[in-house]
Amino acid sequence: MPAPDPTTALSLANVSCTFVSKDDPGQRYTAVRDVNLTVGAGEFVSVVGPTGCGKSTLLNVAAGLLAPSTGSVTVFGEPLAGINRRAGYMFQAESLMPWRTARANVMAGLEFRGALDAAAQADEWLKRVGLGGFGDRYPHQLSGGMRKRVSLAQTLVLDPDIILMDEPFSALDIQTRQLMENEVLALWAEKKKAVLFITHDLDEAIAMSDRVVCLSAGPGSHPIGEFAIDLARPRDVAEVRSAPRFVELHEAIWGVLREEVLKGYRQQLAA
Amino acid sequence: MKHLRLWQLALLVVIFVLWHVATKPGLIPPFVFENDQQAAFFFGEPLKIFGRIVDWFFANADIYQHLWVTLLETVLAFGIGTALGLAFGLWLALSPLAAAIADPYIKAANSMPRVILAPIFAVWFGLGVASKVALGVTLVFFIVFFNVYQGVKEVSPVVLANARMLGASQRQLLRHVYLPSATSWVFSSLHTSVGLAFVGAVVGEYLGSSRGVGYLILQAEGAFDINTVMAGILVLTVFALLLDAAVGRIERRLMKWQPKSGETEKL
Repeated sequence: MPAPDPTTALSLANVSCTFVSKDDPGQRYTAVRDVNLTVGAGEFVSVVGPTGCGKSTLLNVAAGLLAPSTGSVTVFGEPLAGINRRAGYMFQAESLMPWRTARANVMAGLEFRGALDAAAQADEWLKRVGLGGFGDRYPHQLSGGMRKRVSLAQTLVLDPDIILMDEPFSALDIQTRQLMENEVLALWAEKKKAVLFITHDLDEAIAMSDRVVCLSAGPGSHPIGEFAIDLARPRDVAEVRSAPRFVELHEAIWGVLREEVLKGYRQQLAA
Repeated sequence: MKHLRLWQLALLVVIFVLWHVATKPGLIPPFVFENDQQAAFFFGEPLKIFGRIVDWFFANADIYQHLWVTLLETVLAFGIGTALGLAFGLWLALSPLAAAIADPYIKAANSMPRVILAPIFAVWFGLGVASKVALGVTLVFFIVFFNVYQGVKEVSPVVLANARMLGASQRQLLRHVYLPSATSWVFSSLHTSVGLAFVGAVVGEYLGSSRGVGYLILQAEGAFDINTVMAGILVLTVFALLLDAAVGRIERRLMKWQPKSGETEKL
């Protein structure tokens, strides 16, 4: 086992997660097996894989929401116990509190920590994600894209050292999505946080990351390939797609991923 | 519809006119009963009923003390029942072990016809306000309890996980996630529980008391004074509607975060 390294923001070592059915303890399902994954401080890492391969499970382990069956998680060299306090998590599903306005939602984390200037900071972040005039709206009065921006502000206002993102833009249309991707990249470039980004969209993964990790199809998925993305920054997620290097990388990663995607698909058909 | 209220009012007037025509002795020949006094005896006469109500409120002004007692019982039963239901609902929903142990008892207590407890409460708490409040509380408690329990169980796991990631402590989760989520369920039950608190108060009075609108009705019934019974029922109905409207107002103020359909305006 490697020695703890403070320049490594997040490290998953030999992590396996086996779920046991509550009603029938004989029914078990191993979502991920023997996963080793590191994210350096300031590094943007994407995890891609076929649907249902346990990508979200990995993220929940990194967030401390889920304890791994075996293996360990270290955060900046310290073993993780309970919730990962240094991480912000952007969920795939709707995660805003519907009874709070956009501003109150962004304020929530600061409020929980007892910050005094929560309202001012929340307003500033709402402006940064382009929702300056929408602070008094409730989530149901906002569009899907706006809600995602509020979620983004809610996560980033706490200035986490690690940002975990679980297919945050998968529910958005392609235009809004590219806008949001560019915004995230700009915010990331400004602060250089460690990002663990989960997606099923290879284009998105390549366009945004420093490194792409491919997972095999479940059950018992594990990393099967790792690719450094050496495209120049700053990038525009729409333009970078036509760069020759992008196409090369896409081909190389897809070569690894293709078989797994088909395997996952066949398993789902058979089930 | 613009004239909705007008039509509703018209319907009310029609009902009373029909009632009047059908019961006023000698106005039309009797077609159900043998003589023309019987309809009035069984169903009361609207004019006399209104006379009774006017007497109560203006001429004698003697209903206020009864109304006040009934209102006090209703509000106390509602408040205490809701608070207890909220506390127990939150506790049992957040503590699976306690819920598992209490489960059969909760079910038993809920399926018991609780109105029969009224005589016991009368023995325990006397014929005053307390026994009616106790009856109302047993009615309100379960409605609120089950709704809070359900509300906490149905908190979106993603919202919960998000709040935990944002650093909420166990207390903050209770205050900022479980409670607001449960309140939407509680409010959907408040209309029912206000009605039941009222039922508890009136039934309690009806079964044994010395004051209250239920007591007035009981007295009139003993004297076969159907007009006073009907007048009491009308007063109670209007009263229940007012209580319900008050709850509706509070609900609209507190639940403005909930999505409502049709928020566009035709210009």
